Amino acid sequence: MSTHQIQLTINGRPQHATVEGRLTLSDFLRGDAGCTGVHVGCEHGVCGACTVMVDGNAVRSCLMLAVQADGCTVTTVEGLAAEDGTLHPVQQALRDEHGLQCGFCTPGIVMTLASLTAADNKAAPDKVMNALSGHICRCTGYQGIRRAARKLAGGAA
Amino acid sequence: MKPAPFDYYAPATIEEACQLLSDAGGGATLVAGGQTLMPLLALRMSQPFVLVDLNGIKALKGISRQAGRTRIGPITRQNEAIADATLNAAQPLIVTAVKHVGHHQTRNRGTIGGSIALGEPAAELPATAVALGASVEVRSTRGTRQIKADELYFGPYATALEPDEMITAIDVPEWPSGTVSVFREIAQRPGDFALVGLTGAVTIDNGRITRAGIAWFGMGPTPIKARQAESALIGQEIAALDAKAIAELAIADTAPFDDLHATAEYRRTVGRRVFTRALSEALDLRAAA
Ligand code: FES
Ligand code: FES
Repeated sequence: MSTHQIQLTINGRPQHATVEGRLTLSDFLRGDAGCTGVHVGCEHGVCGACTVMVDGNAVRSCLMLAVQADGCTVTTVEGLAAEDGTLHPVQQALRDEHGLQCGFCTPGIVMTLASLTAADNKAAPDKVMNALSGHICRCTGYQGIRRAARKLAGGAA
Repeated sequence: MKPAPFDYYAPATIEEACQLLSDAGGGATLVAGGQTLMPLLALRMSQPFVLVDLNGIKALKGISRQAGRTRIGPITRQNEAIADATLNAAQPLIVTAVKHVGHHQTRNRGTIGGSIALGEPAAELPATAVALGASVEVRSTRGTRQIKADELYFGPYATALEPDEMITAIDVPEWPSGTVSVFREIAQRPGDFALVGLTGAVTIDNGRITRAGIAWFGMGPTPIKARQAESALIGQEIAALDAKAIAELAIADTAPFDDLHATAEYRRTVGRRVFTRALSEALDLRAAA
């Protein structure tokens, strides 16, 4: 069993750690980095709750090893709102449109939408809507989430 | 739900990776995107002693064209492939197929070679490789060989790759101008594996079909080349073509099974319709162009 030194940036802060090869990025973020907004539902790539941004792209953090994030920039839901608590536009849109109930799936959905609607790198509306297929929500019936996504993506997808 | 312990290596070259595979004597597993392997590790359906991470090997990445062929580096990520101008120009069918693989989030990690090496019978890329007549370049410490996609798959997840071998390139012939793509996937939700999938290319010259490569996915234990339909299509005049009859031939080559999601009979019935419609539409479009 191997252990590895890794160095990465999490929500703007550089971080050093020693990790076992088999440690998933989701467990590292929750257990070692304290980012418990990374929700782990299925632990095998089905639900999307654990979605984070790695180098700006939305990925499932349970399907990546912590050692593979060496040298990467990782953003979790904790890294989105402003210091004073002002919500990120994606968070605000989900709130306004009743896009969450229990909130378990929400951090993952927020990270997917944030990665695809960033002002400097906006995806086409249909791509944003299609990307929601990567998330399972057991509460809302998706309509509020879709309204929020449509609002953020612009266009009538 | 946590992977069993293993030794993790991230080699920088193909040679080092081959050496690691050889030294492990069958106990090593390769990881690139990990979008299938990570679940298998988490569920402990796979428990390698050694994990060899290919992500740091630059020679395995990227897409290039040479002499009528497109060479795809196996660790090219699926979303990179979708955005790649070279691939869009040279291999539109592959781009269409990749868009159907998993979800946006898994395509950000998942790779072209990973999907082809795994050999899931209901997956889009193995069947598309078979349809287009692609081959894979395979390396080990014992040497290099080419395997035709058509000869790569033996059964579900069973391929001609030896435990010490790795795919170093996917080599796809470029089809001539006048080629139309055919792609249909019936699945319960976007991102699910196909209940019925059809992928292929047909070349038309002067109102006559000169070349055809068609394969099914989700219709048997491997991707299935629709050989009888291909031979019937080649040389066929479009005006006189009976799409339904050719769909019958295409279905005759399949070996679908009953499972939780659909019966074999359902797959055959839907397959017939999908084939007839997809072929007619592709040829109409061509005629209208
Ligand atoms: S916990 Fe990662 S996809 Fe479900
Ligand atoms: S809000 Fe409860 S799972 Fe989505």
